[in-house]
Amino acid sequence: MNEQEILAGLGEIVEEIAGVPADEVTPSKSFVDDLDIDSLSMVEIAVAAQDKFGVEIPDEQLKDLATVQDVVNFVTKNAGGSA
Amino acid sequence: MTHFSTSFPPAPGARVLSLGGYQPGNVVTNDDLAARVDTSDEWIRSRVGIVSRRFAGPEETVTDMAVVAGGKALAGSGLSPADIDLVMVATCSNEVSIPNVAAVAAHRLGIVAPGAYDVNAACAGFCYALASASDAIRAGTSRYALVIGAEKMTAWIDPDDRSTCIIFADGAGAAVVGPVADGEPPGIGPVAWGSAGDLAPKIAIPDRNSFMYQEGQAVFRWATTAMHPIATQACERAGVAVSDLAAFVPHQANLRIIESIARKLGVPRERVADDIVHAGNTSSASVPLALSRMAERGDLKPGSLALLLGFGAGMCYAAQVITVP
Repeated sequence: MNEQEILAGLGEIVEEIAGVPADEVTPSKSFVDDLDIDSLSMVEIAVAAQDKFGVEIPDEQLKDLATVQDVVNFVTKNAGGSA
Repeated sequence: MTHFSTSFPPAPGARVLSLGGYQPGNVVTNDDLAARVDTSDEWIRSRVGIVSRRFAGPEETVTDMAVVAGGKALAGSGLSPADIDLVMVATCSNEVSIPNVAAVAAHRLGIVAPGAYDVNAACAGFCYALASASDAIRAGTSRYALVIGAEKMTAWIDPDDRSTCIIFADGAGAAVVGPVADGEPPGIGPVAWGSAGDLAPKIAIPDRNSFMYQEGQAVFRWATTAMHPIATQACERAGVAVSDLAAFVPHQANLRIIESIARKLGVPRERVADDIVHAGNTSSASVPLALSRMAERGDLKPGSLALLLGFGAGMCYAAQVITVP
């Protein structure tokens, strides 16, 4: 799975959980400041991301993933060479 | 053993005969709490979904609330106190460890010499107790049982801890349970229950001098990922499709958790109990309280099916499908 595919998948997740249109989920956006997503929604997004990408995002990690690009990088890095 | 003789004839199944609920008079709004701790009405509504909750008075006990809710359920059942032979109280917030709530509440309700015990499975307690009462009736250990969930959570909550004081509240709910007639289907389905003790430190009162502590984010993750399969299992065991359910009554933990589980189950929002909005999280009282208030409002047609799901500290969980009385 390449970065573009992860970004698209993440957009679908964010739209479903937080109601933010998928096309607004672009790499530089901050979840909290730009997309108005709170910490509980971030947990739901992390869980959905795990189902979709097979990468677990623990709670301790979550607070360091501020932007969409941060999550894409985390998933890419931890995808375990499946790409 | 040469004989095996039970107190009552075994029953083909059990059902809920009546419901009762009680909320203390003291209404506490989000603004009331915001006057004491650093929070706001908007924050509480969006994160937890609570608009107001009720706090018991300083002298009001868990037993007091159990007696009121239990008395209402008893009155609604058409039975007399003498008919009840088993009283179970689900609670995790009693003021003392001895005596239990059940025996004292039973005595105050005029129920003479019933089997009486408390069940501590925290927020799952009512569903545990209901399953146990149903099984006792099926086995012939009991004929008519009074099952109560009663909590004074505020006794264990730090009023200055904004992570818990905005969520938890007080109240009680109750059900009278009895046998179904021969040839009738059971009105309480098989329970799906379990626990995850490895996660127990996530919600705890560490010692007798401490207030309750909760790792909100971890609990949220657990509840929104581990609970919908349990609810599904309860439906499967009862042979009921989600589309057959008139209501889904989960523990009123947090509206966001409730909505997430309901979405994963595929239950339409209008069939989901949201009593938390004006009751807060009353732990083991939340399921019977929500159920009794929905029935009182006429939202639940007698004979329709409701899926109950309790989950919380322990981490204990239990679910079953019931026929609404």
